[in-house]
Amino acid sequence: MYNQENCKFAATHEWAYIENGVATVGISDHAQHEISDIVFVELPKVGTKVEQGKSCCVIESVKSASDIYAPVSGEIIEVNQAAADNPSIVNQAPHGDGWLFKIKISNQDEVKNLLSFDAYKATL
Amino acid sequence: MLIKQLYNMFTSNTKEDLAQMLAEIGVKSFDELLPVPQVLLKGNINLPSALNEQELTAEVKKIAAKNKPLVNFAGGGMQEHFVPAAVNALSTRGEFLTAYTPYQAEASQGTLQAIYEYQSCICALFDMDISNASHYDGATALAEACLAATHLKNNKTILYTKALQPNYAEVLKTYFKNAEVKLKEVPLNTDGTTDLKQLETLLKNGAAAFILQTPNYFGCLESAEEISSLVHTNNALLIANVNPTSLGILQTPGSYDADFAVAEGQGLGNALNYGGPTLGIFTCKKQFVRNMSGRLCGMAKDKDGKRAFVLTLQAREQHIRRERASSNICSNQALCALNATIYLTLLGPEGLKEVALKNLENAHYLQTELCKYDGFALKYKAPFYNEFVVTTKVPAAKLIKAAAKKGFLAGIALAKNELLLCSTEVNTKTQIDALVNVLKEVK
Amino acid sequence: MTNAYPHNVLSIEKSVKGRRGVRVCTTSCKAENILPSKYLRKTGINLPELSEFDTVRHFTNLSRLNFCLDTHFYPLGSCTMKYNPKSYDVLSALDNFTSLHPSLPEANAQGTLQIIYELDNMLAKITGLSAFTLQPSAGAHGEFCGALIARAYHASRKDKARTQIIVPDTAHGTNPATAAMAGCEVVNIKSAQNGKVDLAELQKALSEKTALVMLTIPNTVGLFEEDILQIADMVHKAGALLYMDGANLNALIGLVKPADMGVDIMHINLHKTLATPHGGGGPGAGAVGVRQGLEDFLPNPRVICKDGKYSFAKKSKLSIGKMKSFYGNIAILIRAYCYLKQLDGEALKDIAKNAIINANYVRVKLKEYFPAFFDTKCMHECVLTIDKTKMPTVKTLDIAKNLLDKGFHAPTIYFPLIVPEALMIEPTETENKQVLDNFIEALKEIYNKALHTPDALHDAPMNCPVKRIDEVSAAREPNLRWTK
Repeated sequence: MYNQENCKFAATHEWAYIENGVATVGISDHAQHEISDIVFVELPKVGTKVEQGKSCCVIESVKSASDIYAPVSGEIIEVNQAAADNPSIVNQAPHGDGWLFKIKISNQDEVKNLLSFDAYKATL
Repeated sequence: MLIKQLYNMFTSNTKEDLAQMLAEIGVKSFDELLPVPQVLLKGNINLPSALNEQELTAEVKKIAAKNKPLVNFAGGGMQEHFVPAAVNALSTRGEFLTAYTPYQAEASQGTLQAIYEYQSCICALFDMDISNASHYDGATALAEACLAATHLKNNKTILYTKALQPNYAEVLKTYFKNAEVKLKEVPLNTDGTTDLKQLETLLKNGAAAFILQTPNYFGCLESAEEISSLVHTNNALLIANVNPTSLGILQTPGSYDADFAVAEGQGLGNALNYGGPTLGIFTCKKQFVRNMSGRLCGMAKDKDGKRAFVLTLQAREQHIRRERASSNICSNQALCALNATIYLTLLGPEGLKEVALKNLENAHYLQTELCKYDGFALKYKAPFYNEFVVTTKVPAAKLIKAAAKKGFLAGIALAKNELLLCSTEVNTKTQIDALVNVLKEVK
Repeated sequence: MTNAYPHNVLSIEKSVKGRRGVRVCTTSCKAENILPSKYLRKTGINLPELSEFDTVRHFTNLSRLNFCLDTHFYPLGSCTMKYNPKSYDVLSALDNFTSLHPSLPEANAQGTLQIIYELDNMLAKITGLSAFTLQPSAGAHGEFCGALIARAYHASRKDKARTQIIVPDTAHGTNPATAAMAGCEVVNIKSAQNGKVDLAELQKALSEKTALVMLTIPNTVGLFEEDILQIADMVHKAGALLYMDGANLNALIGLVKPADMGVDIMHINLHKTLATPHGGGGPGAGAVGVRQGLEDFLPNPRVICKDGKYSFAKKSKLSIGKMKSFYGNIAILIRAYCYLKQLDGEALKDIAKNAIINANYVRVKLKEYFPAFFDTKCMHECVLTIDKTKMPTVKTLDIAKNLLDKGFHAPTIYFPLIVPEALMIEPTETENKQVLDNFIEALKEIYNKALHTPDALHDAPMNCPVKRIDEVSAAREPNLRWTK
């Protein structure tokens, strides 16, 4: 499945695992740590068109509300209801069961705007 | 010197204290400390000489004596209800009155538990899932419900009954003037209730929500269940504006599946105060909790596992979300909500039912007695609770003026020959008879 | 606490079926004899059934779990927790005030109308502005009212493109939230290194789209904007209006009139500067004042006086409308009126003076322990921070909770957002040196604990009715009411 090495990253702390024109998206381990205990995940609706770099959902902790930005443009084709039902899994497994949504990529060229794990790590 | 003693009431540092403090700060004088450009410092503001407490008391009592309260037969958004002495005796304790918003939960468990109990009492009374810790008043609670509805439905049209309290409609217009929300009024039937055919037509054009008021501004009870199914069939939300005391006997917003229910809660343990402070009750279905604005208190545990109370779901609010918050509200009417909580706890389910029944009884007695006389007729056929409209042969304004001379506030003039009357449990049979006697004599 | 019940038992859990409290009235009326059954309530009401005595004890015991002004020093920055004089509570509760219905003929409400009228005038005098509305219920409500006035003003000049509101990053969260409610785009500007408005940033943000610039003066880090006259000039040259969030007016009252700084619109939190009680979160009042030329935009109806008779003025066509069902929080306005009646020009100034000296005293005395984030003279409040090099694991939250254990309410924490680990302390003028010395001593003790046994700080509070609360679970699975 997805791990830090086989994912691409946005500087805004989202990761994307890209396979067959679909990006599976979550937040980085660094991000979940910074947000700390996540209490609420507001997922986008399936069918929503999203744009690279634009906010598409929100994650809340007790004292914060953080925008999650779409790492690539496209259409939301699936969301992880388990993350909405039990937000703590985003803390526990940000790269696994705590994924957030899948985007059908509309512009493959945008992928090259994303960072490798090492390049992302260097930004922290 | 007298003046010096006076303002020492508000500042308790002595001259010596101030001198020592300035020395510790490392400045020679206050002027040296003050980082304000000289050009802005223009000398003392010219106010009349200050009053000491005795003078103030005498002065304010003199002003109060200019008010001439009347025996109340007016409603229209604020109703007089009896407030048991224990309500104010408890809520004016300094521990409640002079506490701030309970941000430091461990030092505010009293306020927090009281808010939790308020939310619980209101949910029980309204049969709704969620109540917040309260808004400014009924009208602003309604405006917040409309905002939530427009977001939920992604539709900017709000329909409201023509029988909505007119000040509420004005507040909505003020709130939404710049927010692109379209407000459309739904006309009434001749019996004083909302015209369902017209409502259906407007709903079919698309709307986020319909605002129902029952009992409505003219006192009439609406067919809430029919309206609710009509609204929901057309994929809109139902916002109900109700009279909380009436829920002692009348059908609840929860029972007719309202999505949001709001109310002016002043009648629950709060005095009239010429229109404020007020209590904006705001309730909704569980699934909308994240879309509602305003403060919420939750039950939690402390680190020893002991029950505790804390403000929760704060990430929705302005201090965190700033311009993306659902509202800018950052307070609640905590003391008015506390009054309501104590009132409901003192009365209990039976006491509240008795109050509601007495309102029903008194208003119907007043209507029956008054309409025995020529020149007074019940305007609308729909059933009513404690307010109703009569058409009058003598102009309504003249009736009000004549009654005021005899010590009565004989309702609100709605039109030249229409009077909106109200009777609650505070009116005695003797007072009602006396009012009827006064009104029937006015020529 | 020795009592029949532990303190956290709910009223509903003390309920016994059939027990009755206060009897308000008696009736033999039956609803079904008057109304068709479809209108009637079908379910019971799940309210507690207690005696009056049970109820009195329940709420009295709840009250004892609170810190409040009457019992504790309450240095909450931005909140101006000053003493609330008792006589005002008594006077505002006179029957002749409380029993008035808002539909009463004007002739019967002359006393209350006089108070509204005179308070409006007194506020105008103090601020140098032209007129006030007393309708808004709170500061945030006042801000919204002010933003609507600005929009109505521009609209009246057919200047419709002005849809932006500029807000500095030190602002209260209500400012940007207000702008959004007023249908405006929020333009956030970064503060300068010294915590004040960066004039270059402001100039960049100003344009023919700017409707309003919202500033808190002094700002939320407790600093006075020394360039305020220049700022006002820039704002006005751009065709925009200057709004003053009056949350911190206590620092200026009697010293500086906002109108002299070029302010066009402002709100005053009567529950802060004018000493009305906070009531655990409200009701307050957020009076909104405007400079000459903007009076007609104020909410309807305004109170006027003619030949000694008070009445409501004819509705203004330019008015933004109504902010609230009726005329404002009258019981709060009466208290604010009483307060101003007890002050003259000298006494007003004395308030600001003592507030400023008290705050600077705390700042200077704690310099070695919790340094001020901006090391300069402050106004009525100081914003301190933690020296992370000395105590890397200690958080502001720990300091706050340890203060509770020592019998002090905590300062405002984690605000403003530009200050890391902020402790915002506003002593107010009603406290004296002796109280402040005790408070300073308590913070020094906490500082020593933070240096030597930092882990022990995380346990606080130990002396409060409850220990630290698990807010994460409370938010993940909200329990917001009792159920059957």
